[in-house]
Amino acid sequence: MIMLYFLIPLSILVAAAFLGAFIWAVRSGQYEDTTTPSMRVLLDEPITRPVSPDPRKAEQESSSKL
Amino acid sequence: MTESPYMATGVGAENAGAASHVEDCFHCGTPCRTGVFASDQHSFCCRGCQTVFEILTENGLSDFYQLAENAGVRVKPGAGEDQYRHLDAPAVLQRLVDFSNDQITRVTFRVPAIHCIACVWLLENLFHLKPGIGHSQVHFPRKEIALSFQTGRIKLSEVVGLLASLGYEPELKLSDLDKESARPGDRRLWMQLGVAGFAFGNTMLFSISSYLGLDSWSRPVLERIFGCISLALAIPVLFYSAADYWKSAWLSARRRMVTIEVPIVLGIAALFVQSTVEVLSGRGPGYFDSLCGLLFFLLCGKWFQQKTYDRLAFDRDYKSFFPLTAIRETEGRQEQAALSELRAGDRLIIRNGELIPADARLIEGPALIDYSFVTGESEPAERRAGDRLYAGGRQIGGAITVEMTRAVSQSYLTSLWNQEVFRKERGNSLDTLTNRYSRRFTVAVLAVAVAAAVFWGFHEPARAVRSFVSVLIVACPCALALAAPFALGTAQRVLARRQVFLKNPAILETLAQVDAVVFDKTGTLTAAGAGSILFHGAPLTDAEARKLYSLTRHSTHPLAARVGEVVSGEHDPLPVRSFSETAGCGMEGIVAGQEIWMGSAAWLASRGAQPPRPAGLLGAAVHIAITGQYRGCFALTSALRPETGQLVANLACEYELALLSGDNEKERGQFTRLFGASAHLRFNQSPLNKLGFIREFQNSGRTVMMVGDGLNDAGALRQSNVGVAVVENINSFSPASDVIMAAAMVPRLQSVLRFARRSVRIVRASFLISSVYNIVGISIAARGLLSPVICAILMPLSSVTVFAFACGLTAWMGNRAGLEPVAAASASAEARDRRVWEKQIAPKEVAA
Repeated sequence: MIMLYFLIPLSILVAAAFLGAFIWAVRSGQYEDTTTPSMRVLLDEPITRPVSPDPRKAEQESSSKL
Repeated sequence: MTESPYMATGVGAENAGAASHVEDCFHCGTPCRTGVFASDQHSFCCRGCQTVFEILTENGLSDFYQLAENAGVRVKPGAGEDQYRHLDAPAVLQRLVDFSNDQITRVTFRVPAIHCIACVWLLENLFHLKPGIGHSQVHFPRKEIALSFQTGRIKLSEVVGLLASLGYEPELKLSDLDKESARPGDRRLWMQLGVAGFAFGNTMLFSISSYLGLDSWSRPVLERIFGCISLALAIPVLFYSAADYWKSAWLSARRRMVTIEVPIVLGIAALFVQSTVEVLSGRGPGYFDSLCGLLFFLLCGKWFQQKTYDRLAFDRDYKSFFPLTAIRETEGRQEQAALSELRAGDRLIIRNGELIPADARLIEGPALIDYSFVTGESEPAERRAGDRLYAGGRQIGGAITVEMTRAVSQSYLTSLWNQEVFRKERGNSLDTLTNRYSRRFTVAVLAVAVAAAVFWGFHEPARAVRSFVSVLIVACPCALALAAPFALGTAQRVLARRQVFLKNPAILETLAQVDAVVFDKTGTLTAAGAGSILFHGAPLTDAEARKLYSLTRHSTHPLAARVGEVVSGEHDPLPVRSFSETAGCGMEGIVAGQEIWMGSAAWLASRGAQPPRPAGLLGAAVHIAITGQYRGCFALTSALRPETGQLVANLACEYELALLSGDNEKERGQFTRLFGASAHLRFNQSPLNKLGFIREFQNSGRTVMMVGDGLNDAGALRQSNVGVAVVENINSFSPASDVIMAAAMVPRLQSVLRFARRSVRIVRASFLISSVYNIVGISIAARGLLSPVICAILMPLSSVTVFAFACGLTAWMGNRAGLEPVAAASASAEARDRRVWEKQIAPKEVAA
């Protein structure tokens, strides 16, 4: 029975991790467009992504500067 | 482009006509009618397509052509960066971009041309084509591209110019300037749902152990611990997931109204307080699982109801239709000027396919104005210098010069939006079926709760509070709150599959109450696509028809295309020599040795082939002269949509009908026969008249549905209880309305109304079911016997039953409601109209 005192917090932790993952997915906009990614997955990526800074990061940086 | 390894050869129009079959453009798939441009063993319909092909192959993006066949978009001629220089003006720039600092600028454009996987691929690889462009991302359902670029390195006009040169010209409309900074999105609802779901699952896990029975050794300790954990899990649900319910309940309480949120909040509060007391005092496990489950189901219902259609906009006004700028001519100099800067008296240059932004007088013509968006009339109207032109018309053919007579916002059409109806925010009405029912429900529940408390107060005071709270808990109207979202949400989806899109499911309740239907005539009951083309004059011989057909193949003018379809027959085209087209006038060419002129009456008359009756015909006409002799004319008439007669006859039995038309009374006889003598028929109606008529009709106590299409119906659509906008093509522009309906569904209007009434009946039936559950639950609760187990079973059971009943029955009824669109005729007409429009926008490569 003592085991329960270990298992219960563990189960909550695991569940909380999933909730965290869900919240991250929602905040990163994955629930806003569910069509385009399904098309994108079929595309080869021939060449590397652009070297320019990631817009989201740049935005966060600039807003934190302010 | 000079270093291009590909040889480009432009082949003249004469040879194209002689070719036995027409090749399709490798880039866009358009038949290469007006000349073939060859590059790397591929044929192209125009230089624009060829250029795009070359740009893509040079930059290693030729995969584009492997992703989808003929995936390209035909490029508008003259799409250069100069055209967009006005976008760099700080005032415009600032309001267009989403974000900008000295390093990076982020902007979102709507690009209507996005249509396939290859488009997504190309637009997301845009950074290969121009240094300075960063990450770009396509939102396919919204047809939007969000991209970032380096602020100092590249200008906004260059970015837009690049997109336009590839055929993906962003839609830049006047409304873009006053858009809100960001879409609210439904992220919040997702989060609330996630939190509630998380808490529901976990509390259930802890509760079920106490339901199944813990042994006497572990019960005191574990039940306490589980209860405390559940309490901790329920707190974010109570304050975060249920936040909107608290807010709405508070708002309606302040307005002294009872909405559905009031009993919900009462139930939630009772659940939480009772459970917290039980857990903290160690008397039991509490009802936290029911509380979390309740909110989870409620939020699911809310999510189901909030289905939106990304590609549709229900709130567009003329600003979404008007461009950002116009070309103003001052003292011989041309400049792009923002529409808000334009004043009466300014001279504007309107080019092919551009819109006249304000009421104006034609200075230099000739003009062929397409008023289809304004009046629904699809045949372009001819105008001569000095004529008045109304805002919203689109010029077809060559550039014209006009002088504005009024400012943009004061024009005949746009002044409609200064009306009061447009200033009122049309929010969701609180007077819904659910709210009306919940008023009675709340009163009943409170009465029972008080009665139970009083009863036990006399007999067994210890039970009084418990029974009061128990009644509130069990009566929590979860099932009641879910009935409308699931039934009406399903109905909304059923209709959407058949191309009837509702702004929100609540519209169905209004649809079910409609007792008067008002139709617009042109474009709604009549369709240009269904119209016939009649030849006036001595019948054409087969040989003549073949010659005319050969000539029309060289033109991209919509009227020529329509005439071409009529005369095509089984003919093979003949070669055409010396073809030339004069914008706004007509075209000419030598076919089999005979010179043929085809165009406006005035143009033919100016060349000596005087038509016998100068202006006797209504609607558009194409006049023909062969070897200088007037031969006759093709008159295009609009006609009733298929099955309209039957629709009107059926509707007349149930509804009061009216017809509003901007046209003259010419067709009054025909429509009186159709509508019957008692119907209201009004002709010569201005947009304001239409609005006034609807208001009058409503004042006599009717619930009015307005069915219209053009911008001129915008006022009436807004004023009516339910505004239905009819569109030939779902993606095309429609004025602000509650419902957007494909033209093919208009004959099924009665079935749509009947289906709306039935789904509202299903909601009522669902209320009945949830009431039965409540009576059972309350009879247990009033005796003070409600245990957490019963609550945990009753709550989800009632929700799931209502969900299954409402969704299942509505979907089943939807399949049997006779909602199949009227296919054949109008579907092909739609396809043809689209083709015609594409052609009309397409470049004229034929040199004079």
